[in-house]
Order: sequence, then C-alpha cells, then structure tokens
Amino acid sequence: MMNDSLIKYLLQLADNALILGHRLGEWCGHAPEMELDIALTNIALDLTGQARSLYQRVAELEGIGPNGARKTEDDYAYLRDAWEFRNTLLVEQPNGDFAHTIVRQFIFDSYNYYMCRALTQSRDEWLAGFAVKSLKEITYQLRFSSEWMQRLGDGTEVSHTKMQAAIEELWTYSGELTTPNEVEKEMASKGIGVDLTKIKPEVEAKMAEVLTASNLTAPAGIWMQTGGKDGKHSEHIGFILAEMQFLQRAYPGQEW
Amino acid sequence: MTSLNLEALFQSKIDEETKIEPKDWMPDAYRKTLIRQISQHAHSEIVGMLPEGNWITRAPSLRRKLILLAKVQDEAGHGLYLYSAAETLGANRDDLVQQLLTGKAKYSSIFNYPTLNWADIGAIGWLVDGAAIMNQVMLTRTSYGPYARAMVRICKEESFHQRQGYEIMIAMAKGSPEQKAMAQDALNRWWWPSLMMFGPKDAESSHSDQALKWKIKRKTNDELRQQFVDVTIPQAEYLGLTVPDPDLRWNEEKGSYDFGEIDWEEFWSVVKGNGPCNKQRLQARNKAYDDGAWVREAASAHAAKKEQRKLEPQLETKAA
Repeated sequence: MMNDSLIKYLLQLADNALILGHRLGEWCGHAPEMELDIALTNIALDLTGQARSLYQRVAELEGIGPNGARKTEDDYAYLRDAWEFRNTLLVEQPNGDFAHTIVRQFIFDSYNYYMCRALTQSRDEWLAGFAVKSLKEITYQLRFSSEWMQRLGDGTEVSHTKMQAAIEELWTYSGELTTPNEVEKEMASKGIGVDLTKIKPEVEAKMAEVLTASNLTAPAGIWMQTGGKDGKHSEHIGFILAEMQFLQRAYPGQEW
Repeated sequence: MTSLNLEALFQSKIDEETKIEPKDWMPDAYRKTLIRQISQHAHSEIVGMLPEGNWITRAPSLRRKLILLAKVQDEAGHGLYLYSAAETLGANRDDLVQQLLTGKAKYSSIFNYPTLNWADIGAIGWLVDGAAIMNQVMLTRTSYGPYARAMVRICKEESFHQRQGYEIMIAMAKGSPEQKAMAQDALNRWWWPSLMMFGPKDAESSHSDQALKWKIKRKTNDELRQQFVDVTIPQAEYLGLTVPDPDLRWNEEKGSYDFGEIDWEEFWSVVKGNGPCNKQRLQARNKAYDDGAWVREAASAHAAKKEQRKLEPQLETKAA
C-alpha cells in the first residue's frame, strides 16, 4: 500500500498548512498594525496555496473513487471530519494574543523550514518540486517569525513576559513536529519523506539560537503532546471545522 | 507674490489640467479638503476589511478563501497607500488613525452594514466595489498628483475585485434555489446602501461646488449615482435577480433608468452613527489598536535597543 502511506503523508503536510493558514486568516483586520495585517495575510495565503497543491496531488493519486467520481481539493478541506485530519496539534491551537501567534508560528516555521529543505531531495519528483517551490515562502516565514521573536522577547518587560508565557504554554506541542509517526518512518525509509530524526538537531539548534537572541528560554524536560498526525486532536479542531466547513456541510454538492 | 496672485496662479494650473504636487503652493482649504477626503478614503479601506474579513474563515472553497484573503489584504494595502498620500499634504498617519478611533473622522457608511450570508461577499464586490470604482475612476483625474496616481493603482485592483464579486453572484444566482435565495437576500440588503455611497443629492451636498471648481471631483454625486444605476441594472438582469426598487424603469427619452427615492433618513442616521454596525466596527478597530499597543511599543523599544547596541558594540553581543 505504497500510495496509501504517501497519501497520508501528503495529507499531514497539507493539513498543517491549511489549519495554520486558517488560524492566521482569523487575524485579518485585527492585527496590531496594518503592516502586520498584510504580513499575516501573506503567510495565510502562502500556506493555503501550499495546502491546495497538496490536496490536488492527493486527488490525482487517489484517482477515480468507488463512486466513479474524482475527488477535488475541496473534498479534503471541507468534507473530512476531525479524525481524518492529520495536522499537528500545534497548528490548531488558538491565536491567543500576538505573542501566542508568533511563538506558534516560530515553532512551526523552525520545523517546516528544515523539513521542506530536506524534502527538496525527495525521490518523489512531484514532492521534490513542491518543496523547491515552497521553500522560498517558508524561508520568508521563518525570517518573519524569528524577527518577531526577537522584537518581542527583547522589546519591553511586558512583551517579554507575554512571550515567555506563550512559550510555556505552547512548547508542549513542539515535540510532535520532529517525532516521526509510522507514516513518516515508512516514507523516510523509502527516500520519499523527510527523516525527522535527521533534521531534529538542526531544528533544535535554530530554535535555541533564536531563543537566546530573544532572551527567552524553552521549558526543559516537559511532556510533549502528540497525536494530531494520527487524527487524535485537541478540542479546538471541532470548532475550526464547524466554522470552516459550514457552507459545504449545510448546502452539499454546490458550486460556489 | 500676494496670496491673491498665488490663488489665481493655482486656479489657472487647475484650469489647464496641470497636476498640483506636494511642494506647490495651494490654498489651505484645498489642502484641508484633500486631507479629509483622502483620510476618509483610507479609513474606509481599513474599516472595510471587517465586514469581508468576517467570512474568511467560512469561505466555501479553497479558491474563494484565497481570493477573499487576497482581497482583504489589498484593502489594507490601499489604506496604507492612501495614508501615505495624505502625509504628502503634511498630515500624520497616527493623528489620522486617532481621528478614526475616536469617531471624529468619517468613513464610508456602507461598512456599517453587516455581512450575513456568503452572497454578501459577492454583493460587496459587485455593488460596493462597483460604486467605489465609479468614484475612483473619476479620481484618477483629480487635480492633486499623488492622489490621482494612488487612484490609478487602486482602480486596477478594485476592478479585479468587482469582477470576482460578480463571479460569486453568478455562481450563486445560477446555483441551487437556496443559493439563489442568498443572492437575492444580499442584493435586497446592499442595493440601497450602495446608492447611498455617492452621498447626498447635489442640491444638498455641502462640499460639491468647490470640489468641482478645484477639480478634486469631476462629476457630481447624482451624475455618478445615475451612471452606477445604468451600468448595474443590466448586470442584475443577467443574474435574474430583482432590484428592490418598485420605481425602477427605463426612461427611453433620457436614455437611462429612473429610480426610486433613497431613504435619506436612513442615510443620515447611519452617517450619525446609528447604522447596524457603526459601534461594532469602531469597537473592532479600537480593540485591534489597544490589544496591539504592547506589540508596537515592544517593536520600537527593540529598534531603539538595537540602535544603541550598534553604537556600543563592545558592551553587547550583537543579536543574530
């Protein structure tokens, strides 16, 4: 079942991008500065665009289903339920204040950058191409969140306190990103997916570097929550889906 | 030169269609009128993000979600661009934003109406952006150079938005009975407020005459409103939707549509702050501003520290 694992792997990548993009979209019009409205929306656009490419690829691989129809990108975003979503727990966490949004983004970007860089070497030609294309966007994202980590960690006492609090709250979701599940292990062993054990030191070094420069500290030796990649989510996912999927669920099968 | 001569020279430039540039002499009233109009326009872009932003998380397809995100982002960009144009006249963005937040400055009343179903996003693009374009195409030829140039760029994006809005309306109006009902509901609610966007009738418009003389405006409110109705009615017919105006009919003689009287009581009531969402819109802007205060403070504190560290490299290890 080679394709089955590949599909699951692609959905993990896609769902991370979709759900984080969705969360960032919630900021639109409410950010601390107009320039930040534009920047956060940019990232939301890039992530949602990445999700689209990945869902389209999954639809292609799945081909014609038992009902004789081909799935579309929207079927994956709008017609799956919580347990079928394979995003990590981190990206579904609420925006909170701007400190939470930046810490969440930074943790994700640190992983996503090194993951995507390694993915450019994938034996799967499509995935390698996707990674090359996305790496530019993700490089910008990591730069954006790293800079804001430093601004807010270093800025004022208030901002420092808020950032440290956000780190304490969100750090428990950082481990899942670099802890491979069965799908990731299989894909890595075939040279298709990224070997997370290999990029883990790079991710951690980057995080440590930026945290130090930001005068912030990661909590040591804490429990790391996992499960999202295998469909075991936090309670937040249900509300995200209820909102996101409302129209497709209330009026099924329509063109919009 | 006496101020009389200066004023005559200024008017002659306007008359011969030479653009007024930031460093040129201009009457105080011209400057004030422009700052008021450009900043109101900027505020409208920023407040306008709210009713549409309201549907980003509920957009019914990934394609629509991307389009909507990009559109609201464009509006933030237009806002920034327009605040910059106002700054060329000596205004200060922070002061202008304060005027918005305290309710002292006005913005387009249209954004004080709620977005209640998905077709509202289509109707806003089609009608609200459509009405805005009528005004803004005229403003690409306005006498103040930076404003005219800002409008050229903004108009390009607005006409793109309008097409995307109309495309949503087509999908809805040609869709299921429920979708068609959403489209009709949206048209019913947005039609009259869109006509109100052109402002009071010419006879009652306080700023119109001088603005025309200075070529800030080149068409009257009523002319633009008529132009909008004439362009939009055939589009509504194509959609198979009913424009909520029993007095609407084609006037063969004048070659344009006659339409019913706007409810001016509602118009003035919304202008004065009693629209369905005036309070919520200002609250949302104020909340974003207040909640963001610590972020802005931290950013400038960090920038100042960084500057300091550059001056004293021996005392601090440089942040990466």
